[in-house]
Amino acid sequence: MESAEQIKGRAEAAVPGAKIDIVPNPGPANQPSLLIDNEHAPAIAQFLRDDPALRFDFCSNVTGVDWLDRTVKKTVKVKKSIDGEEKEVTETTEEHFPGYLEAVYHLYSMTQKHGPVVIRMRTPNRADGARLPSLTPIWRSAELQEREIFDLYGIRFESHPDLRRILMWDEFVDHPMRKDYREPDDYEYEPTPHDDVLDRARQHYAPRPQLDGAEQITATDSHG
Amino acid sequence: MSEIDEGLRKELQRQGVWVTSMQELYNWGRKNSIWPLQFGLACCAIEMIATAASRYDIARFGGEVFRPSPRQADLMIVAGTVTKKMAPQIVRLYNQMPDPKYVISMGACAISGGPFKEGYNVLKGIDRYIPVDVYIPGCPPRPEALLHAFMELQRKIDSQKLTGENRAEHLDPAEPSEFPVPSFGEHDLEPPANRDVFQPPKIERT
Repeated sequence: MESAEQIKGRAEAAVPGAKIDIVPNPGPANQPSLLIDNEHAPAIAQFLRDDPALRFDFCSNVTGVDWLDRTVKKTVKVKKSIDGEEKEVTETTEEHFPGYLEAVYHLYSMTQKHGPVVIRMRTPNRADGARLPSLTPIWRSAELQEREIFDLYGIRFESHPDLRRILMWDEFVDHPMRKDYREPDDYEYEPTPHDDVLDRARQHYAPRPQLDGAEQITATDSHG
Repeated sequence: MSEIDEGLRKELQRQGVWVTSMQELYNWGRKNSIWPLQFGLACCAIEMIATAASRYDIARFGGEVFRPSPRQADLMIVAGTVTKKMAPQIVRLYNQMPDPKYVISMGACAISGGPFKEGYNVLKGIDRYIPVDVYIPGCPPRPEALLHAFMELQRKIDSQKLTGENRAEHLDPAEPSEFPVPSFGEHDLEPPANRDVFQPPKIERT
């Protein structure tokens, strides 16, 4: 199979105006993915499916990813000359990356017996109803999975034939797989709480009855 | 019905006379012909199918006739994870079953939500909406456990009274046989539990 760079070059040549970035994967899998621009995504997908050398006729998996806003702090030691003297000064810079939602498609070829190739699309922001083009017209198997992404992450897929909730009920609001989703507090007794559930349990336990006014509930209480 | 002396009954049996009571005959018939409702929700259903197949053979206990209609079923085996989206349908099916009806809550999920208890989409136990007769722990419970639950249910049916103060629920007009179906809310079912059926355990600190 062609490398990601080769696919990128040929796809950009075949679809005028298309822009593809390669997202490297530093892990042991070393599986780079192609970040395709939203405007030309259907045309690029069509090329990947119909090109005789690639022929990715099987979209095996579509999934969503929620990337939160993040701020990266960098501390750099810089040499500066102050009053003619050379001194080392530490400077802290903050870089802000806005969050986005991402749809990831895994493609295989049944006829050419190769794959996978991973393609990604990103929304401009994390707003409710952020839009991406649907690839269901290219790969029918994406239909239910795009509905699932719409249900759980809130990406609206344009030109999807039947975009409704699929796992949650229609009356449900919010998108529960988003990282900032907080479900309503419906805590009930848990015999062995731990981690997040332990924090929630602590809020619901009544304060320990005071023994001579000495013992109060503490954060290190083993019982939670 | 007055109790017959056990010694006299044995003596009569030896002489070829079989004496019984209406209650015993009625319960004997019911407990050996429990028709379950045919539905499964998750992996527990696979164990339920295994229980019905030849190796474990629930037919030995009179429970092999899985009915695809609630109108013909006596027993609801809640086998698997009850999601919040599925819970109203389960309650509706229970309401459509004719009295007398029984419920077996099979597996950790049907009892309490199991590993999904603190999640956003799984009901924390079917006993929040309908009364449960037998609980089976396990994830999933083995077919032997389901057979054990079935035998426990038979024992319960056998001990039910037809008349008097402590008569069976289905013979008591004051006992409800239908329960309100919850509706879908914005984040959870409305109400999250039927307080007439279920009270959450109280947290006590010593």
